[in-house]
Amino acid sequence: MTALEVSDLSFRFGTKEALDCVSFRVDQGQFCALLGPNGAGKSTLFALLTRLFVAREGRISVMGRDLHANPRAALAQMGVVFQQPTLDLDLSVARNLAYFGALHGLSRREAALRGAEVLDRLDMAERAHEKTRALNGGHRRRLEIARALMHRPRLLLLDEPTVGLDARARAAITAHVHDLARADGIAVLWATHLVDEVAPADTVLILHRGQMVQSGKAADLAPEGQLGPHFMALTEEAA
Amino acid sequence: MTHYLRALSAILVREALRFVTQRERFLAALVRPLVWLIVFAAGFRAALGLSITPPYQTYITYEVYIIPGLIAMIQLFNAMQSALSLVYDREMGSMRLLLTAPLPRWWLLMCKLLAGVLVSILQVYAFLLIAYLYGIRLPPMGYLYVLPALVVSGMMLGAVGLFLASTIRQLENFAGVMNFVIFPVFFLSTALYPLWRMAESSTLLRDICAWNPFSHAVELIRFALYLRFNPEAFGMVALTFAVFLALALWGFDPARGIMSRKAS
Repeated sequence: MTALEVSDLSFRFGTKEALDCVSFRVDQGQFCALLGPNGAGKSTLFALLTRLFVAREGRISVMGRDLHANPRAALAQMGVVFQQPTLDLDLSVARNLAYFGALHGLSRREAALRGAEVLDRLDMAERAHEKTRALNGGHRRRLEIARALMHRPRLLLLDEPTVGLDARARAAITAHVHDLARADGIAVLWATHLVDEVAPADTVLILHRGQMVQSGKAADLAPEGQLGPHFMALTEEAA
Repeated sequence: MTHYLRALSAILVREALRFVTQRERFLAALVRPLVWLIVFAAGFRAALGLSITPPYQTYITYEVYIIPGLIAMIQLFNAMQSALSLVYDREMGSMRLLLTAPLPRWWLLMCKLLAGVLVSILQVYAFLLIAYLYGIRLPPMGYLYVLPALVVSGMMLGAVGLFLASTIRQLENFAGVMNFVIFPVFFLSTALYPLWRMAESSTLLRDICAWNPFSHAVELIRFALYLRFNPEAFGMVALTFAVFLALALWGFDPARGIMSRKAS
């Protein structure tokens, strides 16, 4: 089943075209990397997908629910990890999860159970009672991913989730999320400009200057190890 | 409905916990009105004679007169600091998270407002306790009667703050808000002087003070502390709240508001 379907989406800031007729879909269990250089329109696309902005042209549907017509049903199916940190550093890991659970209508008991479940899923069970400020950057990101899974969404959106992390933490998080797509059947849309986060079996969408310039399976777009040069050539050529 | 209340309770608990853990913020919120009370009011005590005006039934000292104004000042600063934390993106991340919850946006903003009001009320009661220890005596039941007035005035000031956060693209710094919002709103009100005092120097200033919604918030609190309801002040505060809440909702409308301007 299609988890996310975007059709003919356009958005402008004043006279500046940020997105121009963008269309794509992400199926359940699919890891879809949205590649684009800085300023390509990735964050604008994420803001539209999470309904922080509303586009006047185009359509977004999540698990068959139209985001514009039925925003609450669509948002309930979606887990989001924003580029900027959104954790309360003064609160404990468990409290951060409980807060989010309540925003999604979970009772205290349910939130505690789900919290333990998602922390376990992300190999962080022993950190439940630590203060969030005590976590390193990689663990904070992992916690944000765990939190985004609290309400068992079918679609996970991650906007450059590895920014500011060291190579080891980056690799661990990328592996975790690939595993979520593969093992749990969650559809993942992962925005990045780092091609080494993309596996050969992933679907790749290349966004440049607000336009979708190429899409397809990573292995089909470029031979293994060549996705980086391919991406550079494509975005330089288009520039 | 349960979902709505769970979200409200979570947002209130989060704000209260954050407030308790951020001791500097708590101290800063208390020091400001205490300096006014202990230094400013003590100095002006002799200079400013006050006649008996409602709700007072006897002569009062200047320290007693400015208590409601200082309470409203605590709420004003709290609302403006919350607004600024949104403008400067400190809280924008958590605001984004909040706005992606599957609940109507008006409800989420109301929860945010109420959470700010809760924090301001905690600050106000801490201030009242210190004022009591300093020797300021108010009617004992006034401490209870003032609570609903604090909710209403806090909501009004919080809505003004949310509106500012949703529309102002950039403010140089907190000094900008001090100069253009807090100082005019505070000084052109009945917080420091009664209207008749203001009229002695300028009728124009008196009229501005009389229209300033902040004056009405101060008077609502002043009357409530003396177990009286001031319908005129309540009406003005409620009206101002409704207007600014509507403007804030407009500002946070995803089709045109804050988020898209901030990103551009």
